[in-house]
Formats: sequence, C-alpha cells, structure tokens
Amino acid sequence: MTESAIGASSPGVAARLPRRPLVGVRDPEAAELWGPVFGDQDVGALDADLTQRYPGRPHGECIAVTGRITDRQGAPVRRQLVEIWQANASGRYAHQADRGPGPLDPHFTGVGRCLTDDQGQYRFITVKPGAYPWHTDFNAWRPAHIHFSLFGTAFTQRTVTQMYFPGDPLLAHDPFFQAVTDARARARLVATYDHELSVPGRALGYRWDIVLDGPAATPRETDA
Amino acid sequence: MTVPPPTLVPTPPQTIGPYFGHALPFAGGTDIAPDGHPDTVTVHGHLYDGEGDPVPDGLLEIWQPAPDGTRTGAPGSRRREPAAGHNGFTGFGRVATDARGRWTVRTLPPGGIGYLSLCLFVRGLPGHLRTRLYLPPAQEDSTTDPLLSALPPDRRRTLIAVPTGPHSCRFDIHLQGPEETVFLDFDHGFDHP
Ligand SMILES: [Fe+2]
Repeated sequence: MTESAIGASSPGVAARLPRRPLVGVRDPEAAELWGPVFGDQDVGALDADLTQRYPGRPHGECIAVTGRITDRQGAPVRRQLVEIWQANASGRYAHQADRGPGPLDPHFTGVGRCLTDDQGQYRFITVKPGAYPWHTDFNAWRPAHIHFSLFGTAFTQRTVTQMYFPGDPLLAHDPFFQAVTDARARARLVATYDHELSVPGRALGYRWDIVLDGPAATPRETDA
Repeated sequence: MTVPPPTLVPTPPQTIGPYFGHALPFAGGTDIAPDGHPDTVTVHGHLYDGEGDPVPDGLLEIWQPAPDGTRTGAPGSRRREPAAGHNGFTGFGRVATDARGRWTVRTLPPGGIGYLSLCLFVRGLPGHLRTRLYLPPAQEDSTTDPLLSALPPDRRRTLIAVPTGPHSCRFDIHLQGPEETVFLDFDHGFDHP
C-alpha cells in the first residue's frame, strides 16, 4: 500500500500534504543551525523506566531499549532529550482518542523520556508494545513500534520517527514503514535483538542506533 | 563553515500519528517569555489544511535566539525554573493545536534576526515540516533577509505575521491550497560548500 492508500483510508490526510516544492535554505547564519538545550531538570529520575510508574508491574514482555544517537559524521549527540510513547502490550494507547480493541493496562501509560549521556547513548526499560489495527474495515495493522522524538545539536536535526522490531511479519504490510522507499533508510528503522543487552531475569535487550540528518553550526563539545 | 562529507545513512522520519498528546506537550511549553516580562509578544494563529478546515491534531515547535542574540539556548527547555541559573529564557516552545486548529505562544523578540524557526508535526504527514515566522514589521527584512528576498511577493507573504495589537500578531499556516505556506529544506546544500 502506498502513501495515497494511507490518504484514501485516513480521511483528511490528502488535504494535508503540501503541493509546492520545499525552499532550500543555505544561509550559514540561519538560526536553525543552533537548537534547544536540555538538562537534568528536564527529565525525572524515573522517566526512563516505563515499568516502574505504579506499584504494580505492567503486562507484557519487559524490554531494555538502548542505542547511540549520532550525526551523519558519527559524532555523538550528547546530553540531549529523547522522548518516547507507545501502546501497551495489548496494542492500546493510554490516550482518550484510541478506541482500539485492546484493554488498557492500569500500570502502564507508555510515555518516557531521558537525556543521552556523553557518548550519545540513551536507554529505556519498557514493555514490548502490541500490534494494533488502524482501520476496522480492512486488514490494516501497525507492526509493534515505539514512537521516538529526537533533538540534535541543531534545530535542523529535530525529528520524530518510529522504532520497529526485527522479524515482524507486519513490516511487509505496513504502509507507514513501506513509505520509506530507500531500503538502507528503511533498515535504519528496525532494532536488533542484542543478547548482551538483555538483563538476566528481567528484560530482553534491543539495540537501536539513530543517525540524525541536517547541518549544524559548530559541534558543542562542552555542553553542561 | 566546513562540513566533512556525510558518511552514515540518516534515520528517516516517520509520522507522529494521533497519540502524541499525552507524551510531548508540557506545562509551560507555550510560555517562552519569562513570566511577566514587559517585552512579551503574543503570537497566535490557525493551522489549516488544503480544504480550509482547521487541523486539530498538529504540534508546533518554536526555536529562536534570545533577545540579546544568544543562540546557544539554555538547559531547562521543558522544565523552566529560576533555579536553572538563567533568566528563564531557553528559546524553545511547544504547542499543540486545539480543537479549532488554533495555537498561541508568548515570547520575546529574537535578537539579531527577525524570525522564529518553526517545526510542525501533523498526523498523517510522513515527516515534519519546517518554516519561519517573520515578526512584523518585516518590510526591511524582505530586501536584506536571504530567504525573504529570494521569494516572490505572494510566497513571501505566507511567512510574515500580521499585527493584531501593539504586542501581538497572527500567523496562519496553510498546509496546502492557494495560500500554502512556504516550507523549508535545510538538509541539502550545506554538504558541498
Ligand atoms: Fe503508534
């Protein structure tokens, strides 16, 4: 299914796509070559563990998701904000607009955030989200995924994307994943199972490295 | 500015979807200006689709230099506290559109330039959109600003906010249609100076 198929089945989307070409900005003084800065006050100590918000544990398979965020040259994105949101193990978001069939989990809201460390590493503890139907009239299922909101060293690198799980048979049928036509770019969206990252007796480990696009001003080596 | 040739394939964007509302908006995200600052400007507008219908599930982010022209930002961009060691101005704001497609932020005019940088996320779009909001009066900027001066007048107009009071202005964003806002690309052009 293609982008136009998404539009045909999601009312209103076709009227949202700009028709005119983007205008390129090549100004070396553009303010977008700098960007917002975050610090320890912007995240709570427990924000990176989505399984510890309530006295009870959430349903599902506990996972540890970690990876390194770099720019296209491989330089780490240090001390920067990472925000995630996801469905619970039954494929249901704790969001009032989600009328899906999966049950809510009283011990899971599916929202997390953290700062990257000095090597650009982030880490979350959560549960593996369930697949969910995004249309009721035909077979339209989202593969299991975690939404990621990412900041780089420059506002040009700001992006929102989704992490998928390896070997998911729904990836072949998902128009949102398949909308990325370049196979190498599509591969970037899929995490790998990493046995070394699994926490004995607790969580299965997944690695998902992220490469941010876009130019920046000078690298900020000493951000506090 | 010299940039070595890129080597890694970037992670592509994916749609923000409909369920970001409990994850991304934060308390105080619309108040970029410190509380009670006398130079505060209220910037408001609507987000419309190509049919002229309001878009109720958009998320708008604002980035800008401080009034003194400082571009390096300050920690505390999502939890502003006086104890953070700066004057409460971080240059970053985030606002979700309401049921009628409206949004409002309060900020201070940026130093050195005439615009706020916007990043727009909308359900259904495969990725985000970038644009700029030039604060009025922007007539002078239209000849000296490299972006405005390169645009024909009818396109330039879509980037300039309209005054609605002594300390307020309105900036409507049109995703499509005859008044389609100019959207920007920063990802190409710097790699081969
Ligand atoms: Fe989702």
